[in-house]
Amino acid sequence: MRLGEKPKLIDENGRRIDGRLPDELRPIRMEVGVLKNADGSAYVEYGNTKVIVAVYGPREIHPKHLTLPDRAIIRCRYHMTSFSTTERKSPAPTRREIELSKVIREALEGVIFTELYPRTSIDIFIEVLQADGGTRTAGITAASLALADAGIPMKDLVAGVAVGKVDGVLVLDINEVEDEYSEVDLPVAMMPSFKEITLLQMNGVLTEDEFWEALKLAEKGIMKIYEVQRETLMSRYSKVRAEVEE
Amino acid sequence: MSITPTSGRIIPRLRRDTILSLLEKDTRLDGRKLNEYREIVVAPGVIPKSEGSALARIGSTTAIAGVKIGVGTPFPDTPNEGVLTVNVEFVPLASPTLEPGPPDENAIEIARVIDRCLREIRAIDLSKLVIIPGEKVYIIWLDIYILDHDGNVLDASMLAGMAALLDTRVPKVEIDEKKNVRIIRDETTPLPINHKVVTVSIAKIGNKLIVDPNLDEDDIVDAKITIGISDDGRIVGLQKAGPGVFTYDDLRLAIKYAKENSVKLLRALEEKKGTKISLNSVLKSYVEEKILKHQII
Repeated sequence: MRLGEKPKLIDENGRRIDGRLPDELRPIRMEVGVLKNADGSAYVEYGNTKVIVAVYGPREIHPKHLTLPDRAIIRCRYHMTSFSTTERKSPAPTRREIELSKVIREALEGVIFTELYPRTSIDIFIEVLQADGGTRTAGITAASLALADAGIPMKDLVAGVAVGKVDGVLVLDINEVEDEYSEVDLPVAMMPSFKEITLLQMNGVLTEDEFWEALKLAEKGIMKIYEVQRETLMSRYSKVRAEVEE
Repeated sequence: MSITPTSGRIIPRLRRDTILSLLEKDTRLDGRKLNEYREIVVAPGVIPKSEGSALARIGSTTAIAGVKIGVGTPFPDTPNEGVLTVNVEFVPLASPTLEPGPPDENAIEIARVIDRCLREIRAIDLSKLVIIPGEKVYIIWLDIYILDHDGNVLDASMLAGMAALLDTRVPKVEIDEKKNVRIIRDETTPLPINHKVVTVSIAKIGNKLIVDPNLDEDDIVDAKITIGISDDGRIVGLQKAGPGVFTYDDLRLAIKYAKENSVKLLRALEEKKGTKISLNSVLKSYVEEKILKHQII
């Protein structure tokens, strides 16, 4: 949506529309174990982007013909609540949500040891509660936390962030306004310990050199997000441990 | 909801192992090198009733694209631009594994990747497709149908789509005093194109990267990356698919392969540009070629 005049996205001091420097993340908040019914759950905020994720499973699949004899299947739904956007979004799944459910599933599937749970399903439900840019990457970050909270073995956590190019400058963790007017949107997710890319999309035009620069910037953000993920899990489970030991 | 595919084609263990062991020797089941694309055929103008059309073949993978043009209202955020809509259909005649129904996540993903690769670089000059600013604009419907699925349908769809756009002629319109728009299909001008775009898909199997996977390879890939390349050599879109992962080194090699092969695809777009090929002749030459190669008798 490009309604009205394009605002100035980088000021004279090189600051962004919300005062951040180009390589700065928004304030990031995370919680795990926020839902009672789910086997694992997580809540993640990237600034005003707010995402909640529940993981159910490994559990039996209905219908049965979807089972795989040698591993678990992954079912993933990325969904935006109708009140998450400026204009009400119809709750029916859009083409965008169908595509993102697929790329998010694929970003997580290679990380989970699915062969440990044959004939079962691991279900990941992502609800975007408020959208302000970077919802799919926040969703992945939250989903990997929820999987960890469900006790599902994984090679690594997955953390994601989107890099954009606004007013010709590469910027980390774009918000909605930046996304609207950005020349490039490059969402990336990685297994931080291995520096392996599990999600990569690009909407926009870049030279190869710019692409590498953007990817490096994404990696920088991902390493910081990964730290917060680890701290969140550590503090949660050290509390659980203390309770158990009492 | 996106579900791990479980109802795909079953590839025999023996064939899978053969593919893997050949890859270790840097070769492939069909004799290609790792970075070698299959033979490409682009036939524009195959559907004269459409405003633009093309059939594209990559090996046996076949896609047909048609453009229809109508008049409608612009999106409120882009009042001074025409509208481009891309749709991809996997019809059941293309493969025994496909079933009728609305586009599934694979078809939607491909359509959206093609749309993004065309949109951001402004491959079509949508600003020249305005009839009454803010009120009436041309709507370009690009519909792509897969006819034969032998792997790498994304690149074939993009190629057919781009070729169809290059073949497209925009009908003139008449506007009366009540702002009613009438389309005159007999008088046309070429669709304004700024850039030609192609995609090159590279699959990762084990730790090997291969260009343009055929169906057998497509069925056992760990991950794929599709790279959109414009005629001026820029990257215009990226999409990673599949559960596997890519390292930085993989991406470096994939971009190199994509740039090399984009030249071949862009050349294929130029070869028959501006001509009208009969559908009969493309399909016939295809059958004859297959007989010559003893593929079917």
